Amino acid sequence: MLEVALSHRFAGFALDVDFTAPPGITALFGRSGSGKTSIINAVAGLLRPDAGRITADGRVLFDSAQGAFLPPHRRRLGYIFQEARLFPHLTVRRNLAYGAWFAPRHALREPRDRVIEMLGIGHLLDRRPAALSGGERQRVAIGRAVLSAPRLILADEPLASLDAARKAEILPYFERLRDELSVPMLYVSHSAAEVARLATTVIAIEAGRVSAQGQAADLFSDPAILPLGAREAGAILTARVARHHADGLTELDAGGHPLFLPRIAAAPGRAMRIRVAAHEVILSRHRPEGLSALNILPGRVLTVAEGQGPGAMVTLETPAGRLLARLTKRSAALLELRAGVAAHAIIKTVSVAPGDIGAGGDTSEAARADQMPR
Amino acid sequence: MTGWLGPEEWQAVALSLKVSFWATLASLPPGILAAHALARWRFPGRQLLNGLVHLPLILPPVVTGYLLLIAFGTRGPVGGFLEDLGIVFAFRWTGAALAAAVMAFPLMVRAIRLSIEAVDARLDQAGATLGASPPWVFVTVTLPMALPGIVAGAILGFAKAMGEFGATITFVSNIPGETRTVPMAIYAFLQVPGGTEPAMRLVIVSVVIAMSALLLSEWLGRAVAARVGGSHA
Repeated sequence: MLEVALSHRFAGFALDVDFTAPPGITALFGRSGSGKTSIINAVAGLLRPDAGRITADGRVLFDSAQGAFLPPHRRRLGYIFQEARLFPHLTVRRNLAYGAWFAPRHALREPRDRVIEMLGIGHLLDRRPAALSGGERQRVAIGRAVLSAPRLILADEPLASLDAARKAEILPYFERLRDELSVPMLYVSHSAAEVARLATTVIAIEAGRVSAQGQAADLFSDPAILPLGAREAGAILTARVARHHADGLTELDAGGHPLFLPRIAAAPGRAMRIRVAAHEVILSRHRPEGLSALNILPGRVLTVAEGQGPGAMVTLETPAGRLLARLTKRSAALLELRAGVAAHAIIKTVSVAPGDIGAGGDTSEAARADQMPR
Repeated sequence: MTGWLGPEEWQAVALSLKVSFWATLASLPPGILAAHALARWRFPGRQLLNGLVHLPLILPPVVTGYLLLIAFGTRGPVGGFLEDLGIVFAFRWTGAALAAAVMAFPLMVRAIRLSIEAVDARLDQAGATLGASPPWVFVTVTLPMALPGIVAGAILGFAKAMGEFGATITFVSNIPGETRTVPMAIYAFLQVPGGTEPAMRLVIVSVVIAMSALLLSEWLGRAVAARVGGSHA
């Protein structure tokens, strides 16, 4: 459990945040320049805030009232930087060993071989960082942080400097860190897709303040507190792989309703997060017929939020979870959508976590089930 | 070699090498410290330290030598104290080494400082987050990364010490076998009739040593750079 309360004044910018990060991955989510990196640097001890208090598992890292400031090397936090920052003069093996060497003897540490295996860096051990690709470097940086026996892992946009293919390569490792290691993580990102996929808890940061915090699924389906533009809005549902069909489709069970998408490599029974972008959802008051779309979920309108432009954001409660739909104000008026009315959501594209990278989610594994040849 | 060089000349060459070696060795630790402080730390008096380090470069060497004589002479404040401890600089080869070290110091610090500044300071932060205290970060990250510059600085300092004349002659005079280094031997030979020939031989020795130092520093620099930033282990 990490508790952060701090305020700091930069030239022309003020940071003033207060939040708690429970175990799991807590995402600090917001636009570039909103102060996310400053927060994580304050937690790491690389920035000394003007005022506030930071504690990790009850241990005081910083407390301006008591004048307490633990220097970074005594905080025992694994920091994964955006640009890897591996030591160029050391081999991968010695980079990985660096943090472990300074960790106390009794520290709880992850078994080295397991981390190396998990990150797939066993064949790189004798190389130097200059001989690694961007994705390999970032994986080694993750391993270096994890193997320093940290109490908390900090990750500052660890994927931002990588292209889409490299991101797809690294994201699964963060999922494994979340699922297989006991260490909590603070993850800074401005990408909705990344956060939707990884985060347990989301702290939305806007202009140096916390604009919203909560469970990822709740936060992403609430248009009122969505800290991003409508283009990136999208809800997260949890579904289970039901079966694989002979025609190349995989059927998911989303709250008792089937969702189809092109075959994904996951065993039946496995739960996955799916992200449905708001602009990929069409609403209908009646159950549509004679439509090519396969993925239709019944539901009830929770809210209709109208912005300043011609658009409106509709939240729909479905058996699979909350959905967001972006339509025009005109359509919302024509359909007489308001809280409480029944509606059907027609989902054009469902994207599944393993391919859910980038704003639109239209990567190779994202699915347009309705347009698949049958 | 001894056959070609006269005993007096050989003595001067050996003394020069000894003086320069100790001058370089003794000034390297404070040189690295000063370079690191100037490159990385922000503290009051930083500009003053910078000025002090560079002073021997801009002052006339005679002035530096005279200041050393005042401070480190047997009746000087520092020299008198050190004499009680059994350390004497005045008119000894140790004094020649001290003068050479002081004169070589600015060049050495400049080279090392540049190489420390070239080490990405964000790597220091990475080291700190991994649990390394500032001295450990310095030893495990900054120092090995800056090694090419440190080697270059040391060799530059050595070459400068080999050539030191003004401060040395003012501080410790020109005593054969004690403080008569190669430049001073050349100067002495040129003062007497028939001295051009031995002087010429010492000039050749000087050129050879200087060239060797330069080539060595190039080669070491490249070898170290390959080890530090090279692609494969």
